[in-house]
Amino acid sequence: MLFGFEWDTSNDLVFAVSILPILLRGMIVTIEATFLGFFVALILGLIFAALKAAPLKIISWPAGLVTEFIRDTPLLIQLFFLYYVLPEYGLVFPAFLTGALALGLQYSAYTAEVYRAGIEAIAKGQHEAARALNFTSLRTFTHVVLPQAVPRIVPAMGNYLVSIMKDVPVLSVVTVLEMLNVAQIVGDRTFNYLVPLSMVGGLYMIMTLVASSGVRWLDQTLPKRGLSLK
Amino acid sequence: MSDTIIKFDQVVKRFGALTVLDHLDFNVQRGEKVTIIGPSGSGKSTVLRILMTLESISEGVVSVDGEPLWHEQKDGKLVKASEAHLRKMRVQLGMVFQQFNLFPHMSVLRNITEGPVKVLGLSKQDARERAEELLEMVGLANQAQKYPHQLSGGQQQRVGIARALAMRPKVMLFDEPTSALDPELVGEVLNVIAALAEEHDLTMLLVTHEMRFAREVSDRVCFFDKGKIKEQGTPEELFTDPKEERTREFLKAVLDG
Repeated sequence: MLFGFEWDTSNDLVFAVSILPILLRGMIVTIEATFLGFFVALILGLIFAALKAAPLKIISWPAGLVTEFIRDTPLLIQLFFLYYVLPEYGLVFPAFLTGALALGLQYSAYTAEVYRAGIEAIAKGQHEAARALNFTSLRTFTHVVLPQAVPRIVPAMGNYLVSIMKDVPVLSVVTVLEMLNVAQIVGDRTFNYLVPLSMVGGLYMIMTLVASSGVRWLDQTLPKRGLSLK
Repeated sequence: MSDTIIKFDQVVKRFGALTVLDHLDFNVQRGEKVTIIGPSGSGKSTVLRILMTLESISEGVVSVDGEPLWHEQKDGKLVKASEAHLRKMRVQLGMVFQQFNLFPHMSVLRNITEGPVKVLGLSKQDARERAEELLEMVGLANQAQKYPHQLSGGQQQRVGIARALAMRPKVMLFDEPTSALDPELVGEVLNVIAALAEEHDLTMLLVTHEMRFAREVSDRVCFFDKGKIKEQGTPEELFTDPKEERTREFLKAVLDG
């Protein structure tokens, strides 16, 4: 059992060591929620960006409205909506999945803008060359535009990865046992909040630093001229 | 040479309030090498861009090999061309751009084979052989594995020419192919184009400011001014004995400049 025994709080160091394993288990949940949310945001954002760029107003306009709505409402409301309202219509997901979906949905509105900027930065001549070679619009997008856009959008996407990570504690309100929720439960049981909360802060800093340096590494590794196609 | 491959019939092109082509009539025969010269804004590049379907037309009819380019027959009437019709027509044309527009994330070889494989449906092996022949022709036989940024501007433009030729177009369009090049690199690109001009079947339309080159390679030179052909003729006629005052002014300005 996760919280099945009493902790010795007489010595902070001993207390810290004894709660580290369950905090780390919470951290794994945080990381899982981050990456699942980020993955959803990357996919949904690309779909939104493509829809918003559609030449037909009947497609682009609703897509713009939806992303605007998502951006203008707090994550917590979207989370509550998914968690409490969808089950009334028979859609019941586990709390973790609901939480990750809410994160992904919220951030897809932002990643869509990153995609848009990255796509618009591709020179007009690239589109013209693709057209002159008679590529379809889809092939132009997947083989000419996207491979060149990806290296440009890595830094901005990386920032959103870190933001998502820092928003994961919001999921605690729907009972997801991520790191902060675990720390709070430990605090409630022992009346010692200082140690678990400080540890969460420290662990968060480590995660953020690792994630940022990973993004920086990726940014420096990817060829600036675009992903080469094999 | 009485077989018309390109026909502009009273073509008008407007960008907003600006009229770029003004009821243009312009024909090109199969195999003919035509150079278009003229001041900037005279609509000379627009002619090529309309043919490559990068710009639509406002009025008139453009035909390629007897078939309307920007229109198609539907229930006996000429209606605006669908994307499918444009795709069908586009295979007849190839274009070389002022800024090369190579795909920076693809190797030289891939730049040339991508179209033949993915659009024409050639096997990778066939496309590769075709690309190697063309690279040989443009003098870049050993550069297939390089990326565009590793090449000079002149080399990039020669890849651009090879890429367009790999699609085996009937008509090649050259839109100021040497204007973005350093002066010492212009010659190598012009040599490749001159060698192509020897090919009897290939129709070539060239927009350029290289007057001496235009004189050497073209069967006909057209002087564009204000969206119309102001004067045209053989290079001899146009360069040594221009009839129009406007042509004389222009030639004087570019040849002295």
